Amino acid sequence: MIKTVFSASLPIDEKLIIQKNQIQGAFPGKRLCIVTGTHGDELEGQYVCFLLSEFLNKNTDKICGTIDIYPAVNPLGIDSITRGMPGFDLDMNRIFPGAKDTSLSDYAAYSIVEDIKTADYAVDIHASNIFLREIPQARINVDSASALTGLAEMLNIDLIWIHPAATVLESTLAHTLNSLGVKTIVIETGVGMRITPVYGQRLFNGIINLMHKTGMWLGKAPENISKPIIAATDAVSFVNAVDSGIFLPEKEYGVMLKKGDKIGQIVKPLSGEILSEVFSPDDGLLMTIRAYPVVYEGSLLARVIHNS
Amino acid sequence: MRKEIIFSMKSPYREEFHIYGYVFGSGEKTVAVVGAMRGDEIQQQFVSSQLVRILTDMERCGQITQGVEILVIPSANHFSMNIGKRFWPMDNTDINRMFPGYDLGETTQRIASALFDKLKKYRYGIQLASYHFTGSFIPHVRIIKTAVDITKEAKFFGMPYIYVKSPEPFDTVMLNYNWQIWETKAYSVYAGTTAVIDKPAAKFTWNSIIRFLFQAGLLNCKTEPGFVSQVLEDKCFRTLTADNAGFFYRQKSSGSTVRKGELLAKILNPYDGSVEGEIFSPEDATIFFAHDKDLISEKTAAFQLI
Repeated sequence: MIKTVFSASLPIDEKLIIQKNQIQGAFPGKRLCIVTGTHGDELEGQYVCFLLSEFLNKNTDKICGTIDIYPAVNPLGIDSITRGMPGFDLDMNRIFPGAKDTSLSDYAAYSIVEDIKTADYAVDIHASNIFLREIPQARINVDSASALTGLAEMLNIDLIWIHPAATVLESTLAHTLNSLGVKTIVIETGVGMRITPVYGQRLFNGIINLMHKTGMWLGKAPENISKPIIAATDAVSFVNAVDSGIFLPEKEYGVMLKKGDKIGQIVKPLSGEILSEVFSPDDGLLMTIRAYPVVYEGSLLARVIHNS
Repeated sequence: MRKEIIFSMKSPYREEFHIYGYVFGSGEKTVAVVGAMRGDEIQQQFVSSQLVRILTDMERCGQITQGVEILVIPSANHFSMNIGKRFWPMDNTDINRMFPGYDLGETTQRIASALFDKLKKYRYGIQLASYHFTGSFIPHVRIIKTAVDITKEAKFFGMPYIYVKSPEPFDTVMLNYNWQIWETKAYSVYAGTTAVIDKPAAKFTWNSIIRFLFQAGLLNCKTEPGFVSQVLEDKCFRTLTADNAGFFYRQKSSGSTVRKGELLAKILNPYDGSVEGEIFSPEDATIFFAHDKDLISEKTAAFQLI
């Protein structure tokens, strides 16, 4: 059943409407929320929501509990290829938990939290942005690691990255929900502005697997669920651009590298110069590679999880 | 006055990017002023540039106290201002969400790191700030509430209001909060507008900063008397949000004193011009903030009253 979570009139003949698809199982049980589209340029979650809605609608007799699917937390952003919230130039994932009487964007954030806060679990699906390609992974704050790692392992992903408790993350939807007791996993996968079907299908299987393991799915359990690498922050090396120019990658993400392997180069098309060559700092898995060619000094080019 | 380069970076096709600091006097690093960190902070850069002009003249006349140093950084983001963007041109990140920065990180983390490395050594910090709401404020000083009470010196500005604001999660990555963590007494000064220059508000603001410098013992000059500042906390404000959407036909501006029941704005139907809604003041009050766009959406803050 399609339900409206938030609605507010825009100046001329249009409403900002945030909707969800509530799929009620035949049997009582837990409540799982699938949330995506907070950033309007991250579309990988669209495919996952489609697969889930299509499949679960036909199989309510095998569901215990409720699944709420929120495909577009930032509908104006998705419809206008805008990462932030159009009209506010604001990263919507930096304004949670929101507030009632401040601005339309804060009110929308507040309404989303109010709607989800009684759920047992949430999966907040992000693609990478337009700049990077990422292997399917969960990002977990170190403070929540003991509560969430087991859940994240069910999701058929390649990596669980446990990162330090940065204060900036306190204004995200996931942090807000976790602090309210909703076990929330953030997924990063693929690349911005595109859909990678193979990753969408994997995540769909992972979510059905999570439902199975938590007693929400009575049907057949998905097979061949991937066992993810669990990496702490000090296991991940960052490679940033030392020059501004055009980055030409020479490796695909997801490959194993030796220390010193060439990842790519930064070039200057005007003069034909190679400004710098980029090498792997460690033996390990290339979990992230730059997708957008234009780089400034400091732009992230790659991340490598070292073998240790 | 010495002009220093604080940060430099090459760009793929634009000229090299520089952040400049203007240094007055020499000795103890006493006050640092930061202007535009976002590309639309034109009022903030205008005020900073006028401070550079005034302090250059004062230094020439020997009016800067011996043994103190004042730093003014008028702009940290002209790459965005030159092309009409608010945030960093490449990835749309906000420099003022990157503090204390990271010198080996992404571009705006590096910019924040270079800025903070320079700024954290000062006793007082003044940031000419803007807010993500579209509207105008009464010029005021804002302090992020931490364990240390710095309200006393905030009164040096002689601005009518000092707003002591409880920190929100996003404040922890902003300059003001990090300054305070590093024991700089940090003040955010709101100069009324952001993307357009309001000359009276700008002049009021730079005079307030000059007054602060004088009261803090950095200048040897006459300054105009200021206000006896009223200290405000979060509970002092009342927000009026729009119940309708359409043309925002504002009757009152920020700074106006209004009576209970007085009409503050009408919201007009964008097709037939009829009145869709009216916003009245629920009490005798002063308008602290007013939405100043010609269009308004429902559930948007139209006014903030004190």
